Amino acid sequence: MAEKVLGGKSVEVTDEGYLTNMADWSEEVASDLAKEYEIVLTEKHLEVLNFLREKQAAGETLTIRKVGKSGIVDIKGLYQLFPGGPLKISSKLAGIPKPTSCV
Amino acid sequence: MKRILILGGGTAGTMMANKLRKALDRDDWDITIVDQHKTHYYQPGFLFIPFGIYNRDDVVKPKSDFFPAGVNVVYSEIDKIEAEENKVLLVDGKVLHYDYLIIATGTKTFPEETPGLKDKLWYREIFDFYTIEGSVALQKYFKSWEGGKLVMAITELPYKCPVAPIEFVFLADAFFTERGIRDKVDITYVTPMPGAFTKPIASKMLSELLKEKNINVVPDFYIERIDNEEKKVVSYDEQEIPFNVLTIVPVNMGDEMIERSGLGDDMNFVPTDKETLRSQAYENIFVLGDASNIPTSKAGSVAHFAAEILFENLMNIIEGRSMMAKFDGHANCYIETGHGKGALIDFNYDTEPLLGTFPLPGIGPFGLLKNTKINHYGKVLFRWIYWHILLKGKELPVEPLMTMAGKKKMN
Repeated sequence: MAEKVLGGKSVEVTDEGYLTNMADWSEEVASDLAKEYEIVLTEKHLEVLNFLREKQAAGETLTIRKVGKSGIVDIKGLYQLFPGGPLKISSKLAGIPKPTSCV
Repeated sequence: MKRILILGGGTAGTMMANKLRKALDRDDWDITIVDQHKTHYYQPGFLFIPFGIYNRDDVVKPKSDFFPAGVNVVYSEIDKIEAEENKVLLVDGKVLHYDYLIIATGTKTFPEETPGLKDKLWYREIFDFYTIEGSVALQKYFKSWEGGKLVMAITELPYKCPVAPIEFVFLADAFFTERGIRDKVDITYVTPMPGAFTKPIASKMLSELLKEKNINVVPDFYIERIDNEEKKVVSYDEQEIPFNVLTIVPVNMGDEMIERSGLGDDMNFVPTDKETLRSQAYENIFVLGDASNIPTSKAGSVAHFAAEILFENLMNIIEGRSMMAKFDGHANCYIETGHGKGALIDFNYDTEPLLGTFPLPGIGPFGLLKNTKINHYGKVLFRWIYWHILLKGKELPVEPLMTMAGKKKMN
């Protein structure tokens, strides 16, 4: 665990830079996190992030397919928003835990 | 006369039928179980078929061997559940009414969901090992295969038995080593996740094994389609992986009947309270095993542990108490690593697989996250336990809720 200054305040993050507490999130935090990936957040990005936060809070398992069926963006579009590893990166920017499998 | 209806006579449904029939008076309670298939498959055994360790006969028995006397068995496809009316329609037009419904219709593979998967290479050079047909076809193919690029790819999460694809590549490494052609076989493991192991401690303990065995891992690869002409797997961001033989975990979804009944989420899994195992939509509907959307592994061990909790909660309701039993997501899996060795993991909703030992009176202790021979024997022994104890709903010397006994807490 480490502390990091994001969105103008100090927040706790994991060794890989994921927020440890969802409640520390704000759009400013997201936009600071996005800089690491050279992503400039648009309305579309934020819609995806809010969708992920909502589903995470409801205890649902998140998948790329689920985002693709959300009506916000299709899977190709999701890759364009978060190139490289869309679910991994969007989860980090949404302030929710890194997606994991059972082991 | 009150009625309990169980949909699905697989691992979960069969266990519940056995537990409930033993506990409830036959004069007061009518129990019916419905399944369209008459054969029960020992699904953990499918993994061993491609390598000739098991054959078809080792993994099949008639379902009727495991249903208890005093339970009505209906072999029929289900049209849909009409939850508002407390009834289930079968495809032949027959109607079954219930006071309590248990949905245990599992998860299925849907290769049709991935373009190019169920195409001209299907069961020629592309195989799954999640069906008896796929694993038998792959066994036949491997018998004369002389080597090349073997790709093991996962299309989507969640899928049944999350460690099976890892076990598959470990067993393939051992199989081709024993055949003397390992140097001609290039093994690649392709996953949409950030790695083959994603939980920190398991990753630390087990990732070395993949390197040791010379297995390539391609993480963050989300499959869009399969190119049958050029024999390659193509991702949404236009990466490509060529293969000579592709083994695949197709998209897993709940039964189409769940969709027809309007009871599923976007993957046809039934939204279920993860602690009580009751449907979120209806008070008299419960969900057991892979059919639910609870955030734990889709695996027989989970269905087994959950069955004990669901049984307690049903008895609580039937006897007028509140649902006091709470499921913790307990899962317990052996990971075959090849050459007669295996590792064991034990975890739940909140606790990731840890190091330590797993106490099992009479046989264990088994080393957790350690690659040992005793863990392999545990897995081999499990098939006997499955047929003779587990399906019949008898007690195993394992607690349904995870215990921290023997585990090392790590920070």
